[in-house]
Amino acid sequence: MLRCNEYIFAESLGEAYELNSKKSAAIVGGNGWLKLGNRQWGSVIDISRLGLDKITETDESFTIGAMVTLRDIEKHEGLNAYTNGAVKESVRHIVGTQFRNTVTVGGSIFGRFGFSDVLTVFMVMDSFAELYKGGVIPLHEFAKLPYDNDILVNIIVKKTPLKMAYSSFRNQQTDFPVLTFAHAFREDGAFSAIGARPSRAELRRDDESILKDIFSLSYEEAERAVDAYALWISSQYAYESNLRASADYRRHIAEVLARRTVASILDKG
Amino acid sequence: MDIKLWINGKLIKDSVEPDTPMLEYLRSKGCYSVKRGCETSNCGLCTVWLEGKPILSCTLPLMRADGKHITTLEGLQSEAEEFGAFLADEGAEQCGFCNSGFIMNVLAMKRELKNPTEEEIKEYLAGNLCRCTGYVGQLRAIKNYLKSVKGEAGNE
Repeated sequence: MLRCNEYIFAESLGEAYELNSKKSAAIVGGNGWLKLGNRQWGSVIDISRLGLDKITETDESFTIGAMVTLRDIEKHEGLNAYTNGAVKESVRHIVGTQFRNTVTVGGSIFGRFGFSDVLTVFMVMDSFAELYKGGVIPLHEFAKLPYDNDILVNIIVKKTPLKMAYSSFRNQQTDFPVLTFAHAFREDGAFSAIGARPSRAELRRDDESILKDIFSLSYEEAERAVDAYALWISSQYAYESNLRASADYRRHIAEVLARRTVASILDKG
Repeated sequence: MDIKLWINGKLIKDSVEPDTPMLEYLRSKGCYSVKRGCETSNCGLCTVWLEGKPILSCTLPLMRADGKHITTLEGLQSEAEEFGAFLADEGAEQCGFCNSGFIMNVLAMKRELKNPTEEEIKEYLAGNLCRCTGYVGQLRAIKNYLKSVKGEAGNE
């Protein structure tokens, strides 16, 4: 249960940042994670009145406010058209509709949770985290940073032409994922991200050029390339065991998801 | 902290502790349909609507509802009774503990999805857990209810 001495609606990002500089303070998104702790917070800071609950689409980019809910990105037509439905696929297995109406993109990304489907799917796009003090930095770089008291304001996705897909594996419906996998073919290369290993998602590029020119290969050649890539990309990560799965099992699932996910992009052409 | 909100259309001005859970507050106001189940945001028993959208009242802080409208099952009584009869016809009311949160989400789905497929129904309601038995009776009741509602709309 969330416990705090005071609950403050910030009137500006500057005020929120000042308030959040204390170790006893926390920014609350949808409270899906914060409520699971036992800590008594001094101040809980609410940024829901700062207009960060909108998705703004232009010809060049999407700007997704930190307080946008997972249900909002699930239903956003522009975002899902751009990602071939990968954004919807990444969140539709998360608990239930009510939960996704409650929790936020900012909470999921700033938390940099190992299990985050959201972090994994956005990582393979040309995406950035906009921080109040830290400025705009690539999302995959942000994901590596240690926690601090900065405030995530927006996720910015540039509309770089891409073809992408997402998949995850769960032991049972609505549970945390055992593994998450996203892949994107972009003009600057082929990128994959694997999360829930169980540590947080990381981005890798096809530096071996295994998938180079794959869209012009014959079916059999493409199939061999996908098999080789699945084997290679799954070997590029470290896996660990926890209650949900062993490290070996995760490594095996990673290869399977890589093969299926990349192949699903090729099937769509 | 001072709070102003509407519960089932009734304006309430109150003073609350800053960390008051929404679920507890609603029960203290007589909304006993709002149940505490898992308390880890998984079971859907505490489902209410905030500005018409289904949310988990065990999770979202009460203060987030300041200036907003909350709807509980008590505010949808006749509609809930109508769907409840379909549940009873299929023997799907079972022990009844999960029903209020489940009904709140079914009624939200009715408003949000037009002619949902079986898969869409299952996906929308995946966050409502029932530990009595399977979900087959509930699914039959939903399909019959949606068919009935559609028929009534068609006759108007």
